[in-house]
Amino acid sequence: MSDITRDEVAHLARLARLDLPEEDLTHYAEQLDVILDAVAAVSQVAADDIPATSHPVPMANVFRDDVNRGCLDRDEVLSQAPAAEDGRFQVPRILDDEEPS
Amino acid sequence: MTEIVRMSATQLVEEMAQGNLSSVEITEAHLDRIDSVDGEIHAYLHVDRDGALATAAEADAARNTGADLPPLAGVPVALKDVMAMRGVPTTVGSRILDGWLPPYDATVVTQLRSNLMPILGKTNMDEFAMGSSTEYSAYGPTRNPWDTTRIPGGSGGGSAAALAAFEAPLAIGTDTGGSIRQPAAVTGTVGVKPTYGGVSRYGLVALASSLDQAGPCARTVRDAAMLHRAIAGYDPMDSTSIDAPVPDFVAAVREGDVRGMRIGLVTELSGDGYQAGVQQRFTEAVELLAGLGAEIVEVSCPNFTHALGAYYLILPSEASSNLAKFDGMRYGLRVSDGDEGVEQVMARTRAAGFGDEVKRRIMLGTYALSSGYYDAYYGQAQKVRTLVQRDFDAAFADCHVLISPTCPTTAFPLGEKVDDPLAMYLNDIATIPVNLAGNAALSMPVGLAPEDGLPVGLQIMAPHHQDARLYSVAGVLEGALEDRWGRPLIEEVGA
Amino acid sequence: MTAMVTVDDALTRYEPVIGLEVHVELGTVSKMFCGCPTTFGGEPNTQVCPVCLGLPGSLPVVNRAAIESTIRMGLALNCDIAEWCRFARKNYFYPDMPKDYQISQYDEPLCTDGYLDVTVPLADGGSEVVRVGIERVHMEEDTGKLTHTGGATGRIHGADYSLVDYNRAGIPLVEIVTKPVTGTGGLAPAVARAYVAALRDIMRSLGVSDVRMEEGSLRCDANVSLAPPGQPWGTRTETKNVNSLRSVERAVTFEIRRQAGVLDAGGHIVQETRHFHEDDGTTTPGRSKEEAEDYRYFPEPDLLPVAPDPAWVDELRTTLPELPAARRARLQEQWGISDFDMDSLINAGAVELVEATVAAGADQGAARKWWMGELSRAAKDRGVELAELGVTPADVARIADLVGQGTLNDKLARLVFEGVAAGEGSPDEVVAARGLELVSDDTALLAALDDAIAANEDAVAKIRDGKVQAAGAIIGAVMKATRGQADAARVRELLLERLGE
Repeated sequence: MSDITRDEVAHLARLARLDLPEEDLTHYAEQLDVILDAVAAVSQVAADDIPATSHPVPMANVFRDDVNRGCLDRDEVLSQAPAAEDGRFQVPRILDDEEPS
Repeated sequence: MTEIVRMSATQLVEEMAQGNLSSVEITEAHLDRIDSVDGEIHAYLHVDRDGALATAAEADAARNTGADLPPLAGVPVALKDVMAMRGVPTTVGSRILDGWLPPYDATVVTQLRSNLMPILGKTNMDEFAMGSSTEYSAYGPTRNPWDTTRIPGGSGGGSAAALAAFEAPLAIGTDTGGSIRQPAAVTGTVGVKPTYGGVSRYGLVALASSLDQAGPCARTVRDAAMLHRAIAGYDPMDSTSIDAPVPDFVAAVREGDVRGMRIGLVTELSGDGYQAGVQQRFTEAVELLAGLGAEIVEVSCPNFTHALGAYYLILPSEASSNLAKFDGMRYGLRVSDGDEGVEQVMARTRAAGFGDEVKRRIMLGTYALSSGYYDAYYGQAQKVRTLVQRDFDAAFADCHVLISPTCPTTAFPLGEKVDDPLAMYLNDIATIPVNLAGNAALSMPVGLAPEDGLPVGLQIMAPHHQDARLYSVAGVLEGALEDRWGRPLIEEVGA
Repeated sequence: MTAMVTVDDALTRYEPVIGLEVHVELGTVSKMFCGCPTTFGGEPNTQVCPVCLGLPGSLPVVNRAAIESTIRMGLALNCDIAEWCRFARKNYFYPDMPKDYQISQYDEPLCTDGYLDVTVPLADGGSEVVRVGIERVHMEEDTGKLTHTGGATGRIHGADYSLVDYNRAGIPLVEIVTKPVTGTGGLAPAVARAYVAALRDIMRSLGVSDVRMEEGSLRCDANVSLAPPGQPWGTRTETKNVNSLRSVERAVTFEIRRQAGVLDAGGHIVQETRHFHEDDGTTTPGRSKEEAEDYRYFPEPDLLPVAPDPAWVDELRTTLPELPAARRARLQEQWGISDFDMDSLINAGAVELVEATVAAGADQGAARKWWMGELSRAAKDRGVELAELGVTPADVARIADLVGQGTLNDKLARLVFEGVAAGEGSPDEVVAARGLELVSDDTALLAALDDAIAANEDAVAKIRDGKVQAAGAIIGAVMKATRGQADAARVRELLLERLGE
């Protein structure tokens, strides 16, 4: 089922925004392979009619009232930013091909 | 009089009530203890001396007015570094949050403050709570006070070691797959994973949202019950919080009784892979419970064998999403040479800021959620989760509580499994099913393994919302064990 | 680039299929998952908290009013309301998104399978009703706002860096997705526009959003594909962020023309997102999709399922106001006007404005006359919607009243409208400030009249000879002397009295 390749790891690293050197890609490919082998049995355990559980304690309909609560102090928030300007967070330039669709 | 730092929280409460000790004295004693031993143990990542003493003084002042105080007022507590605390460094054991000062308090912190409990500092942990040894902390490992060449468990090794080294009487932990219980087991302390939703997750830096649960760590069952009471309860800021009154766990300890109780031994959580001394002490504890009037029955939970696999798909999946926000844009580390695009800066920051295990799990989770693999991995793991829950339901239809060893072995040597992820994961085999199902569990010491003289933990598991049963059983068993030993096990530490 | 063809030419060979995804910011007091205010225009990053900033440890809690608004939207669009649904995380990295995932709904939307009947204006002045199927209505959260700094254009491309304001992050959005709209032929662009206009009107009448398009609170993505009649649907493009009614129509038109040109030349349509340019009405390709998006959706573990109680849904159903289509039928009946006149009002987007003007005390005839005449011309001149002209129904009612009282004539009224639209104040303030009131004081008129009589002896002689039409010259002179502020009828009366003496 697994046999994860170096290229797949490179793709995953890009999806996950991890800039990994070449040797790490190979290393992770091997390790992920071992782990996926160990967990692969999971995909054969449950029959189709078994429902999936996304929340461990079954509850529903938890809402809050539509009222305002306090906001944070902007100076305190921006004091934690790697870079800020004019009351805003400063971020590196966004290249054309990075825009979400 | 017993040395202050060796007193239980229950004793400290008593001494303050009698006017024999002030909170400032107690807090200073612990800060001094930290100064003298933490160089070796490294339980703390940050000590908040001024903040702790300020709260202590506030507690003393409140006591002097004769006001009605919360039960734990003035008793200091250590906080796992996974909890946001306003203006106090919160790293979650990671370089990527180096220097981050949260602008807000976690709900648990708010509760500790309103209970007038001085917060001594932030305890060490595996980075983003991924690990079972605290060796994956970006700030160096914590050592086990029983044997400093060994691990203190993880991810909450700092909180457990702080208790075992008498650097705090109480501590807060979080448990995603055993991060409270396994460190408790290997340090001879008590740790409780409440029912999911029993303690607010607001301000707990998420690892896996559907598995994470904060809970109390202590040296005695009664102390754990007191701390559990102090931090439990409904929080409107956490959608998954349980909206129900908090049971009186302390009364459950006091009135504990196992006579007529059916206790289930989980067949799948013993045998192969469990260390002989662990098995031996566990079996003795079971016999003790039987002697106290419990009916011991064997139960089978066949799907527990798949729990580890399901867990290591669900956890990385949720974690890969929860950890996306650490991108160097709004807080924490940013790595850039100044002329790169935002994608490259994010990728370099994350590569530099996250450790090996974190990157491994992020990629595993990204894989399990990606199109084409979702159904086979994440989707199937969520179905196995249903099967694990059904096993619990069936077992609890027959038994009041279930028991097992907390983990297969005693504390292993530092460095032994750090390069073998799978071996590390296997340490959580007995604790993981509870997180998948969301029910409650407690680990308590039941003796030292004869072969290595290290503590062995026993795990008690209860159904959803029945956390009080844990305390009933644990309180009775703790009393019987101490009668047998002549003193609490923790006094053996460093002996 | 391939040659463009005209729409009419394109439609001789291809059948367009369109689909619209509309995002609307809900008008709740607080954000989707936290208590921060949603007001527009606040100082940057002053309407943020740990939740909408996505700080580590923070958790979302669903705003009940956002759920109610979405259910009411779904009911108004004739949708089924899910008995059980969940939020999901849509994972992708972008600096305007604080958590690097968006809380949205994926395969379990709150509302599904509805429709909206849209009245589409026809070139001959009539109209046609087209039923647009609604695929789904779901909830999600808005992102922060990026400002691109440095570089020449202030655009994303070529900027040195960007600045982020997260005030908008977490504002509740409802996304309404149509089913593919087929068989509308050359009406497709008009259907797209009329659909968005109808959605906007419904949102407003439900009170779930004030839909200020100029503030970006309604954003539309338009999908267009072409295929020869009877053939399977073609490859579609998605034109993003088309943010006015006129732009929706233009973008769909442009894509039909562009795609027809490509297909005619034997090319194939690339599945891609495209950007719309307001200035010239064209679209250009956005990001190439060599690597398919993988959003890794999964159920949001921090939020619990939403399972609306049928009784709650029924209760919400009773809160639905009369929807625009029903109201229009009622108003046409009330006003007693023809289908043609009603269509004109609808096409001009003037129904609600006329209704409000009548409610403010004006006669329906006067209200229609001003909105469809002077004000429509002014809106067209400025390229804005009638409602965006800066003249309110109350203003129109007041001006109509002043005309009725004889304080203004039509010519002066036009100047008052101009002043109100220019922001000079209320009609009364404009009248006072510009001195536009008709001169009704006979003494002043008589003085001007005597001057005119003295200066126009010829005309006076003709009038005395019975050639009454010669009065025009004298009346004109009086009007000129009073800078148009005389009541011409009264001047005529006074002139004839004078000469009859």
